[in-house]
Amino acid sequence: MIATGVTGEGAALMRKAQNVQGRSLWVDAWRRLKRNRATMVSMVLLAVIALMAIVAPLLSQYSYQAVDYATISCAPDWWPGKDVICYAGGTHWFGTDSVGRDLFVRVLYGARVSLSVGLIATLVSLLIGVAYGATAGYLGGRIDAMMMRLVDILYSLPFIFFVIILMVIFNRNFFLLFVAIGAVEWLTMARIVRGQTLSLKQKEFIEAARAGGVGTSGIIFHHIIPNVLGPVIVYVTLTIPAVILAESFLSFLGLGIQEPLTSWGVLIANGTDQMETAPWLLIFPATFMAITLFCFNFIGDGLRDALDPKDR
Amino acid sequence: MAEKIFEIKNFDVRFATPDGEVHAVRNLSLNVNAGECVGVVGESGSGKSQLFLGTIGLLSQNGRATGSVTYRGEEILGAPQKALNKLRGSKITMIFQDPLTSLTPHMRIGEQIIEGIRIHQRLPRDEAEKRALEVLELVRIPEGRRRMAQYPHELSGGMRQRVMIAMAMVCGPDLLIADEPTTALDVTVQAEILDIMRDLKAELKTSIVLVSHDMGVIASMADRVTVMRAGEIVETGSVNEIFYSPKHDYTKMLLDAMPRLDRPDPHQQAAPLPAGAEEILKVADLKVNFPVSNGWRPKQLRAVDGVSFSLRQGETLGIVGESGCGKSTLARAVLNLLQKTDGAVLWLGRDLGSMPESEVRKLRKDFQIVFQDPLASLDPRMTIGESIAEPLHALKPHLTRAEVTARVRAMMDQVGLEPVWINRYPHEFSGGQNQRVGVARAMIVEPKLVICDEAVSALDASIQAQIVSLIRELQDDFGMSLIFISHDLSVVRQIAHRVMVIYLGRVVELADRDAIYADARHPYTKALISAVPIPDPKLERAKRRIRLAGDLSSPLDTRAPLRFLKSKIVDDSDAEQYRPKLIEVAPGHFVAEHDPAPI
Repeated sequence: MIATGVTGEGAALMRKAQNVQGRSLWVDAWRRLKRNRATMVSMVLLAVIALMAIVAPLLSQYSYQAVDYATISCAPDWWPGKDVICYAGGTHWFGTDSVGRDLFVRVLYGARVSLSVGLIATLVSLLIGVAYGATAGYLGGRIDAMMMRLVDILYSLPFIFFVIILMVIFNRNFFLLFVAIGAVEWLTMARIVRGQTLSLKQKEFIEAARAGGVGTSGIIFHHIIPNVLGPVIVYVTLTIPAVILAESFLSFLGLGIQEPLTSWGVLIANGTDQMETAPWLLIFPATFMAITLFCFNFIGDGLRDALDPKDR
Repeated sequence: MAEKIFEIKNFDVRFATPDGEVHAVRNLSLNVNAGECVGVVGESGSGKSQLFLGTIGLLSQNGRATGSVTYRGEEILGAPQKALNKLRGSKITMIFQDPLTSLTPHMRIGEQIIEGIRIHQRLPRDEAEKRALEVLELVRIPEGRRRMAQYPHELSGGMRQRVMIAMAMVCGPDLLIADEPTTALDVTVQAEILDIMRDLKAELKTSIVLVSHDMGVIASMADRVTVMRAGEIVETGSVNEIFYSPKHDYTKMLLDAMPRLDRPDPHQQAAPLPAGAEEILKVADLKVNFPVSNGWRPKQLRAVDGVSFSLRQGETLGIVGESGCGKSTLARAVLNLLQKTDGAVLWLGRDLGSMPESEVRKLRKDFQIVFQDPLASLDPRMTIGESIAEPLHALKPHLTRAEVTARVRAMMDQVGLEPVWINRYPHEFSGGQNQRVGVARAMIVEPKLVICDEAVSALDASIQAQIVSLIRELQDDFGMSLIFISHDLSVVRQIAHRVMVIYLGRVVELADRDAIYADARHPYTKALISAVPIPDPKLERAKRRIRLAGDLSSPLDTRAPLRFLKSKIVDDSDAEQYRPKLIEVAPGHFVAEHDPAPI
């Protein structure tokens, strides 16, 4: 199923490249997207966060794992509150955590994990879910019934149980996290897309395409998928936060990211424990995460509007 | 001079939209006298519906009405909601185009009528019930008591519209505003609804405002006519003035655009076929059944039930029938867009049904279809250039991109679309322009056969005339054959060489164009022809209509197709029934067996 999903993307890209004189949906969508200020600001912000995450080691002299017992739970120097245990001094811009590691560097390392989990797992779920749902919905009948019963069975497996099984079979590794989360998130996507497809397939323009000699895959990739993108994109922007939270939940249970590596979810969970004595441990990772989620929502909104030609 | 009961003066309707203000009705004045029928004609977008919604305070949120509207000398524009509610539904009532969406789906017919009575008249329940029965009788609904216990979805479109009229009449209104009341109905049903409205006007002296785009309907009903365009009155006059001596060019254009069933324009008609044209399509005993789960017993709905015909190169076959007669299913089965149950479709001697789908796809460049709804048949997320190019990409993959674009541009030019519009989306166009896109998409692969499935039915008369002549020009250029499906007999008379009349999935009559209109033999054909309203008030009112008794029965009932051959009916709704044969009464004129006495 991943393979068909990829060919779909490929076909779309090819169309984009070929269309020189006649504009296509994608060219127009980009033009409209550029006019949406909230979306563009969000994209820039997100790019800055991503860039910082990538070059994190260059930004600070501290390492994300160096323990320093001299600065345990110390506030940054500029912290306004008076009743803090100690000040971390100099270059610890966000203060230090309960074993004296630099929080700024850890937040950026956490961004690496959270953003990549969020994006990759969502992308996986998007490709599988859309291709699977559109195929099931368009073919209909017995094939549809069988494909959707498989989805139901996977739905009924408890998430944690599923992850533990994967861990046992493939051993614990970072990549497995993407697979596990993506494999669960695509189910809902498939259901949404199937439902949309069922109603789309009754439309006259699908019949018109069939009469024009377009084959099944052509109809799915050129007519069905572009027309289900609106609700799909809204769902994607809801999925990214859900995936980031799922990752932190798994990490919290010890099934995800292992110390000293970290993610925003883990940082927030730790920060919550010391909320009263060292609030910066919660505030900084939470702020980053909130900004990121806001950005994704604005981008999703913008994309949905841009992909709808009726929207002015 | 009769008493003016409804008077509109200097009336304006404006809508605030994100793209600026839309001025839908401009400084319009109109009055309705007691007991008369005022016809309001205009093409879509002329503001004729908004005018009357505005007068009785039913505009949508962003609309604003100004001016003066008086009912029996009393100002009602801007009157308090409570006073308006009292007036609406009792003294001024309205019926709409779509009778299904105007009825509440979860309430029984009887409840809905009684609700109306009790809101306005405070009658005790049993008296209200009696009154409801009376009005149902008034609109000629048989078995009123049984109907009152039914839900709207159990009634046919014509029955529902009668219920709407009954609800409108129940409090004895002075004024009935009918907004396109018959547009969604078949011609035979339309004729009956118009009869009912005419009788109500004569018996109860109710004034009627009839809003319609159909000059024929106006000719048959109206005493005075107002022609509207772009929110303004173009011309007002008595029905005879408007129809026999129109002053304004727009009125003349509207009248000319209406194809006349009684007086076809010889210049507009399809040229005769060259002798010895090759037969390209042969359909033999085609059957399409749909399984319908009807409670415990699944039944077969026979949408197409043994249809045979053939088509020659360059010929146009008109297929006429009312909604639900299976004409669209027939078109799709011929094109192999849906699975046929039995029979054969021979394309140049090869049976399409026995070929694998991949083979059929290769042949698709030879036969194309133009759909009814121009907007729905275009992918909203594709530019019209992409839509037109799609069959080329699919059917002629050897063409380079530049060749495809060149052909799309040439085709757009040929159907009257500016080639620079290639990057626009369907929603940016009007219905007529979108239908040109649909025609271009069908023609671009230079097919040998094009099926037009109600291709002009959703369009205004003037646009309809343009699309019909466009299709015919293209036919002359490319020499293809056409199957022109329509419920509108006047259009078919213009374009077709031969006409086939279908009733519940079966052919009842098949003959040359002129033979079928001049010498119809089957009672159903006669009824259809006589039901078409003619845009000529004197002729239309003098015309004797051939009525069909009763409503269409359920197509699931095997007795239904034998409506014209009652003598052979086996009285069991599931039994296999006698199949009427087609008899050749004159060369090329086939008529299904029917009982001699006209029904």
